[in-house]
Amino acid sequence: MSIWWVMIFAGLFTFLMRLSFILLIGRRDIPSLLSRTLRFIPPAVLSAIVFPELFLTNGEVNISIDNARLIAGVIAIVIAWKTKSVVWTILSGMISLWILQFLLR
Amino acid sequence: MIYGVLALAAGIPTGATQAMSAIVFAGSSQVVITQLVGQNTPGLVIVLTATVINLRHLLYSASVSPYLQKLSTSWKLLLAYLLTDEAYAVSIMHFQEESPLTASYDASIDVNLKEPADNQNLHWYLLGAGLALWSTWQLSTAAGILLGAIIPTSWSLDFTLALTFIALVVPYLKDKPSILTALVSGFTALLAINSPYKLGILVAALAGIIIGVISEGKR
Repeated sequence: MSIWWVMIFAGLFTFLMRLSFILLIGRRDIPSLLSRTLRFIPPAVLSAIVFPELFLTNGEVNISIDNARLIAGVIAIVIAWKTKSVVWTILSGMISLWILQFLLR
Repeated sequence: MIYGVLALAAGIPTGATQAMSAIVFAGSSQVVITQLVGQNTPGLVIVLTATVINLRHLLYSASVSPYLQKLSTSWKLLLAYLLTDEAYAVSIMHFQEESPLTASYDASIDVNLKEPADNQNLHWYLLGAGLALWSTWQLSTAAGILLGAIIPTSWSLDFTLALTFIALVVPYLKDKPSILTALVSGFTALLAINSPYKLGILVAALAGIIIGVISEGKR
């Protein structure tokens, strides 16, 4: 499947989900089990992407002082928790990574 | 902007990168699509993963729907397209202040309804917020594409993907069930990293969601 088809289908499904209750079911409430489940989707999916980015070096789990991305990531998590700011999280994480890469070289 | 830089680094053509901001128009799923494209993931899995991430829009849709019932279908189509995380967040607060819902019961279809106080102009607020965010998003994508073309790969800018997601996920971790969800999902993703068709992310997310719902149910 080309990138264009991926975009078109992903965009179409996203649009249909945004439209769903507005157009069809109207004023009915969303079922409670569904709404309870939906709340866990963002932390679940985002963590499933972040963990491998931090822990893996060339496809292998690397929990050592050499893993600059893991250390920079932990620093960024603390900054994200303290500041709630996307900009500060990215800045602190990138600067930590650059310093660590320089030190570990 | 980060999305533009990442998409270029993943080898997505400039035109497609910009078009995705208009077609999909949902930040976190665009970044995920970019990452999966960079890893040569099958298209079907990419669409599935992006759709799962955007399932939360069902909630937004249900939440704003009482306020938009009297609009024409074309208004509904337009506002649904513009219903992003940010547009939803600012609009629903405005809606609730301007026109609180009152519960009523419709015996003919046996459902509890929520009726907003009559207010003809609420939808203009969502339209304004949506259009402002749409323009900002398109312009910052273009800025990211320009930036991505200049910055060399030795700067490790691909790491901004993980950092963006860290910034997005941390605010969700407000209670034990959601922290548990994040940990279970993250470690399952590590275990499932070599799973076929890159389905690891979906499997891990599912495991995390199930744990979250169960642990919340126990309290």
